Amino acid sequence: MNSIHFITNPTPVRFIRRCGLSRLWGSVAALVLLAGCGDSWNDPRGENLGSGSVLYASFSDRPQFMDPARSYTTTSYSFIQQIYEPPLAYHYLKRPYELMPLSAARMPEVLYLDGQGNELPPGVPAEEAAYTEYQVEIKPGILYQPHPALARREDGSYRYHDLAEADLESVNALADFTQTGSRELVAEDFVYQIKRLADPRRHCPIAGIIAEYVEGFAEFQAHIQNTEGVPMDLRGLSMSGVESLSRYRYRVRLKGTYPQFIYWLAMPFFAPMPWEADVFHEQPGMAQRNLTLHWYPIGTGPYMLTENNPNLRMVLERNPNFRGQPYPEEGEPGDEGQGYLDDRGRTMPFIDRAVFSLEKESIPRWSKFLQGYYDLSGIGSDSFDQAIEYGGGGEVGLTDAMEEKGIVLRTAVDLTVFYMGFNMLDPVVGGYGERSRLLRRAISIAVDYEENISIFTNGRGIPAQGPLPPQIFGVREGEAGINPYVYRWEDGKAVRRSIEEARELMRRAGYQNGIDQETGKPLVLYFEAVGAGPDAKASLNWLRKQFAKLDIQLVIRATDYNRFRAKMRKGTGQIFQWGWHADYPDPENFLFLLYGPNAQVDTNGPNSANYKNPEYDALFSQMKNIPNGERRQQIIDRMMEILRRDAPWSWGFHPVSYILSHQWVHNNKPTTMSYNTLKYRRIDTESRAAALQEWNRPTVWPIWAGLGVLVLLILPALIGFLRRERERGR
Amino acid sequence: MIAYIIRRALYAIPILIGVNLLTFMLFFVVNSPEEVARLHLGDKYTTQEQVEAWKQEHGYDKPLLYNPEAAGLDSLTDTIFYTKSVRLFVFDFGNSDSGRNIGHDIRQRMWPSLAIAVPSLILGLLLNATLALMLAFFRASYLDVGGVVLCVILMSISSLFYIIGGQYLVGKLLQLVPISGYDTGFEAAKFLILPVIISVIYGIGSGTRWYRTLFLEEISKDYVRTARAKGLSEQWVLFRHVLRNALIPILTGVVVILPLLFMGSLITESFFGIPGLGSYTIDAIQRQDFSIVRAMVFLGTVLYILGLLLTDISYTLADPRIRLR
Repeated sequence: MNSIHFITNPTPVRFIRRCGLSRLWGSVAALVLLAGCGDSWNDPRGENLGSGSVLYASFSDRPQFMDPARSYTTTSYSFIQQIYEPPLAYHYLKRPYELMPLSAARMPEVLYLDGQGNELPPGVPAEEAAYTEYQVEIKPGILYQPHPALARREDGSYRYHDLAEADLESVNALADFTQTGSRELVAEDFVYQIKRLADPRRHCPIAGIIAEYVEGFAEFQAHIQNTEGVPMDLRGLSMSGVESLSRYRYRVRLKGTYPQFIYWLAMPFFAPMPWEADVFHEQPGMAQRNLTLHWYPIGTGPYMLTENNPNLRMVLERNPNFRGQPYPEEGEPGDEGQGYLDDRGRTMPFIDRAVFSLEKESIPRWSKFLQGYYDLSGIGSDSFDQAIEYGGGGEVGLTDAMEEKGIVLRTAVDLTVFYMGFNMLDPVVGGYGERSRLLRRAISIAVDYEENISIFTNGRGIPAQGPLPPQIFGVREGEAGINPYVYRWEDGKAVRRSIEEARELMRRAGYQNGIDQETGKPLVLYFEAVGAGPDAKASLNWLRKQFAKLDIQLVIRATDYNRFRAKMRKGTGQIFQWGWHADYPDPENFLFLLYGPNAQVDTNGPNSANYKNPEYDALFSQMKNIPNGERRQQIIDRMMEILRRDAPWSWGFHPVSYILSHQWVHNNKPTTMSYNTLKYRRIDTESRAAALQEWNRPTVWPIWAGLGVLVLLILPALIGFLRRERERGR
Repeated sequence: MIAYIIRRALYAIPILIGVNLLTFMLFFVVNSPEEVARLHLGDKYTTQEQVEAWKQEHGYDKPLLYNPEAAGLDSLTDTIFYTKSVRLFVFDFGNSDSGRNIGHDIRQRMWPSLAIAVPSLILGLLLNATLALMLAFFRASYLDVGGVVLCVILMSISSLFYIIGGQYLVGKLLQLVPISGYDTGFEAAKFLILPVIISVIYGIGSGTRWYRTLFLEEISKDYVRTARAKGLSEQWVLFRHVLRNALIPILTGVVVILPLLFMGSLITESFFGIPGLGSYTIDAIQRQDFSIVRAMVFLGTVLYILGLLLTDISYTLADPRIRLR
């Protein structure tokens, strides 16, 4: 640190004389050496993290929870899905998304039962079943990662299950426990985890919905809630609907039918948890050291968390006990050409270690990606023009600078919808009469989402024709798939209807030129905005202009997210924007956002528009229980027609993710449903090392130039000082 | 002096209660415990029962400041404010709303904050004092005027410009140091160079101008004239007389911020990815984690009061004429 002082400090002459110039230059050299540890001076990667095949990436929000019973955010999932293995997973390459066994030996066996628990005779429709039973057989021989919770003494007892406070004095992290152990995964671990989901002390976010379906789940919750002193180790309690049938087989019994349950089996909520982990972490003194399951996952997956410092860095390392898994043999058309099948059949994982660094600000993150220190990156709006350019036909491409670096762009439509909703309880924009319906449709035409996508997301989105994103069953292609109330089909593409048509709808609704014909007053509508900062302001001004096309005065009621949610729960908002990201790739997971019994005002459900249409609700009940096929498609078609006609939402858009990766990253297929992608990726480390060396040569001459300027600045002062001293001496 | 320190410590208690009450009220004006619970539990599928269970587990199931259903003193003590505040006075910060031990986090995260703040303070102090002495020496010359103008320019530039500009120039263009990041042990050094240099440069304008004013005030005093009249060299006058006597206001400024060095820099830590207490506080505000916000505000207040006390004590050391009673 002293060296900095010497460089920038115009030090008094006597001090320089005392220290000597050689010391000054020595200190400068020390600075140079200090900064230059390693191959490149600006290398931010830890030296001890660099051996083997390592992937470097960043994260901007620290994962809040990593206990699979609690975790429900994309940030957490990007870590824990490399560690925990639920019974099922999504195929990495196939689209539409397809489930496949992960820790299960095969897809679950589904049994439909009558009220007495007997299997329904052949020919009886599944919808008539009183119970549905999922029997899951898991692969034998799967081992947990090495973990101190599983360490045993020679006599077979657990090494760290009876710790005293004194034993933890020198312990600050899991790595401070010197011994680890492992054991085989058994079906009872899956059963144990489902009991954990029901434990109110775990605050499982999906406990409410699971309690509706899994037999005995609600009773199990109530028992723990109403009983004092239930231990965190739940082995002693049983749940009637969940049972281990053998060492490698368990069953989950649901009330009625719920075909979407199979998708939940691909989420970490249903990943196995060894009871030993709870016993280990619940010991006195563990929580005070933040040694909890929220921070130290224990799984059977290809990776384990070896460094857990969410304020700085998270490091995943290859689990030495992982059994290995073959890379997919097949994908969707086009995968072969893009090199996604180059590693077919090879044993995964390919990467030894993944280092995720906390990077809160977009500018340093982007700069480090361009320097090659991060292998992957998204594109922030401030760097979009630097990375992306559009061709004459609107096709997306990389700029020349990106092409020169060999950066690769992948895009994927997210299974997400951002929409503008109308509160159907509102006396002006809500209701099911023709007047309010025409008003909503006119607004839907006027709010130009093509323009919105172009201005506010740099073109990264596609206008929505309904609640269902592409790649979800039920979405029609081409003319059959457009919303005819907002678009018309012209020259093979959807074209937004004109503002004149919207004005005509306004006239028919009794709001000609924005004047309520009944009262003679201008039509004033209210938009519930979350935040009104500089970023939001531009978007809100744009929205105001869209309504102004119809002479509607839009009043922005800005608030914070908490109060916005409170308004939504009370049903006091009028027009609002919100979004939904799929839990699973089934139309039910989007269409239930407009299902009457899910109205937010009544049940705090996800139907924030409080839309209730008896015909739609009846069709939804049918649709959700039948498999994909022509009958389901016909029902969805009818549901879409009802929704488009009633227009409880202006359908908004589906965002498109742009992912950049360096040329040395292979098998980087974008996916928005599954996060267990690390094991598929491969890094060409030699190619990366060469590129890093070429891209990160330090430019030293400005240091010397700066020092020269400094000397030139100091010199006159020094001369002046000496002259004055001499004059004083005379 | 001991009586003085005890009296100041007793004065601190109502200040701490007041600050804590203010923080509490500001936080819960915009967030009800219900909303805090929903924020932590997530938007999807959260039931009212889960919200109530979360509030109960985290102590948010009581009235905020006054419990009309309780009798006597319990009406004040059986409240969120009392139960959340009282432990702070023995520095038991408890757990954050997401379950992490706050004391443990603070102990871990204060070191990176100090790693930036301490060298920045020392280097800044030395550099600013040296530059100010030089300007004072060349007072009323072109060098002095140019230096003051340069200081004003440096003061007028936003700290964000220094940070982003520094990262761009030194980290991205010249590739001399990492743009951002941090590491433990000696590996941390290369990550600290840029933020420390930027912190020092950012402080030159205001620091040098302030110290220059102090030095000029001292230079114009009679004892300096006397010293010159005795034939002492100008450097002797400056370093032995002027500098020493100008130390009191400098000490006031420095000692008062010494305890606050623990609290870190919000912006610098965020941009440079330094896992210190500044970014800890920012994260907590963004996550609406009241337990951390409350603990950090309380800690900041205690440290500030401590800083003022240390300043008073340092007066007695710097100036023998001052006595604390």
